[in-house]
Amino acid sequence: MIRLDDVDLSLAGTDVLDGVSLSVERGEFVALVGPNGAGKTTLLRAIQGILDPDAGRVTLDGERVSDLSASAASRRVATVPQDTHVGFSFTAEQVVEMGRTPHRSRFDWTDDTGTVRAAMYRTETLALRDRAVDSLSGGERQRVILARALAQEPNGLLLDEPTANLDINHQIQVLELVSDLVREGRAAFAAIHDLDLAARFCDRLLLLSDGRVRARGPPGRVLADPALADAFDTETAVSRDRITGTHRITALPDRPDRSGQVHVVGGGASGVAAVRALWRAGYEVTLGPVPEGDVAASLAADLGLRTVTVPAFEQPADTERAAARDLARAADILVVADHDTTAGVVADRADEVPRVRANFGDSGLRRTAGDGGETRVVESEADLLTAVDTQISN
Amino acid sequence: MRILLRTALWSAALVAALVGTVLASTTVGSVNLDIVTVTRAVLNTLAYPSGVGLESGQFGFGERVVQVPVPDVSYTRPFGFEVAETDQIIVQRIRLPRIALGAVVGFALGAAGAVMQGFFRNPMADPSIIGVSSGAAVGAVATIAFPVAMPFGLQTAAFLGAVLSAFGVYFIATEDGRTPVATLLLAGLAVQTFLGAVVSFLLLRSGEGLEEAILWLMGTLRYSNWGDVEATLPLAVLFFVVLLAYARDLNVMLLGEEEALALGIEVERTKRLLLVASALITAAAVAVAGIIGFVGLIIPHIMRLIVGPDHRILVPTSALAGATFLVLADTVARAGTAMPVGIVTAAVGAPFFLFLLRRREVHAL
Repeated sequence: MIRLDDVDLSLAGTDVLDGVSLSVERGEFVALVGPNGAGKTTLLRAIQGILDPDAGRVTLDGERVSDLSASAASRRVATVPQDTHVGFSFTAEQVVEMGRTPHRSRFDWTDDTGTVRAAMYRTETLALRDRAVDSLSGGERQRVILARALAQEPNGLLLDEPTANLDINHQIQVLELVSDLVREGRAAFAAIHDLDLAARFCDRLLLLSDGRVRARGPPGRVLADPALADAFDTETAVSRDRITGTHRITALPDRPDRSGQVHVVGGGASGVAAVRALWRAGYEVTLGPVPEGDVAASLAADLGLRTVTVPAFEQPADTERAAARDLARAADILVVADHDTTAGVVADRADEVPRVRANFGDSGLRRTAGDGGETRVVESEADLLTAVDTQISN
Repeated sequence: MRILLRTALWSAALVAALVGTVLASTTVGSVNLDIVTVTRAVLNTLAYPSGVGLESGQFGFGERVVQVPVPDVSYTRPFGFEVAETDQIIVQRIRLPRIALGAVVGFALGAAGAVMQGFFRNPMADPSIIGVSSGAAVGAVATIAFPVAMPFGLQTAAFLGAVLSAFGVYFIATEDGRTPVATLLLAGLAVQTFLGAVVSFLLLRSGEGLEEAILWLMGTLRYSNWGDVEATLPLAVLFFVVLLAYARDLNVMLLGEEEALALGIEVERTKRLLLVASALITAAAVAVAGIIGFVGLIIPHIMRLIVGPDHRILVPTSALAGATFLVLADTVARAGTAMPVGIVTAAVGAPFFLFLLRRREVHAL
């Protein structure tokens, strides 16, 4: 229903959109993601017909936006802006009623109370109807504006950062409502800053950066696309949210450059803490063997670390032992996470590698048997880093 | 239908108030007339156009004389009450033209003020903001300083000055077919300042006309006659209807121009139309009454407090309240020391506005 073919657009001599093609069909909720200044708002404004493309076509239901009158276009697509400043203290109901404007002739002053109230009911704003809209909170006002968009009875919704000013509960509420509307057969295209929210609620993501579409497709694929990390100029890790089951992205902190490879043996609370601390400090970290599903194993998978996993409740097979030993031998230092049943297996056989035993207080027990060579025991992440730093710089 | 009903009820109430004010005002003057006599005399004055005929007028272009059919409107006076002839003359010839003109001018300024405040989303906007008043002032003062013999010379010059100035501001502020409201505001301010300098210069050169010029600048209804009313009323009604037709669009424009576009408003066309209609309705009022301040500023604020921000009800009620207010103010001006009505409106309006401001009833939009 919303379609762009090869759209170029420049503002004040600067190219903002460069060959953008996309389509959003009914029943689809598509998120437009990308860094600040990528051209997201410009793209939305081009769809609304506020900006005319230099080349290419923008069509709504097959008709070019530039050929449609403002009221014909607004019957097809309703816009929910990021934030609305309404002067003059109109009531919420009056603002929603303005959504009926494209359906009315100039001298038709009837209220369309039915449509207006129905839209307010859907957005749970009926109770606010006599309140002055400038006295509402950001979340309430955004729902009122959404009600106004519904009163327009459009086939498509354009949303520009609909959740940017909202509390977490209202973010979810607004996006769930949009999802419901999409399931009823509307098309929705939303610029969304929050990648996790976009991945959670949208059917597809479209990554815009420097005016070009860099990646598109299902959320998991776009989030994991190297173009995304590139666009945001940061390292990222994609994981699954344990509660919603949807994809989640984490921008990884800048890591200092440290040379040195550390192999961590064992998982559990100590293992995961050791992996995290060493990775953040800038070391190349390898892990294993650890049981599948161990917290350290999932962290290593999210970070893309070389890891040897063993099926849960099983002893490592020979190949797994060998693989883990190879990683351990390649490392400059071995960190043994305490209290792991698999730890000793590798530690005992990699005697030539200096080691640090990490136990971050998850238990009073401390195993010392089987340690060979020079072993230091550390009890905090800071101590671990100091020990590893000292060992490697020697 | 609620808005239609509310508008009708409020308008009816304000029309009643206006009629009462007009009648009461007509009793005031150097000769005391009672309200019954006045009511009868006013009703006797009422006339409606009952037929349009054609008569031939002659126009000469050099040696050629052209016969042109000219519409000839005949009026019917439905009432014929028994009123002493002197009383009828006092009411019909002396008091009523001035009161009627006051009502028309107040009506025009009230409507234009409500629209301009909404248009500029600025509580300090009034009809003069796009340079209309300063343009009219240049036209009027120039005619006083350098008299030319022509009927309605001053009014015509003032009207033309107002229209030219408003369109000048509009064209200065327009680029690529778009007229940003902020640019319009600043261009209006600059043009007003410039034209103010022109007026000051003309005042210095106006010699014996100085007093007349100053009276005009202060706004006065003293020189009014039925001719002014007949010229101003049709313009006021016409442009009022245009403004009312775009009242709902104006409501939507208050959300911001991009949102208005998203709601199906042809923004630039609507802005152009609102500007033209406001400029012309204001020009018509200023041309016959001089620069009367505060009606177009304060009346819409008061009405917005009472009826709310919806322009479909705000524009007509502001117009009617403006009419009533100006008739009242001019009654005070007449009864007092015959000072210009502009002094009364400002002297009453400014403190009242400050009162509202302190009560926080008037705030930024």
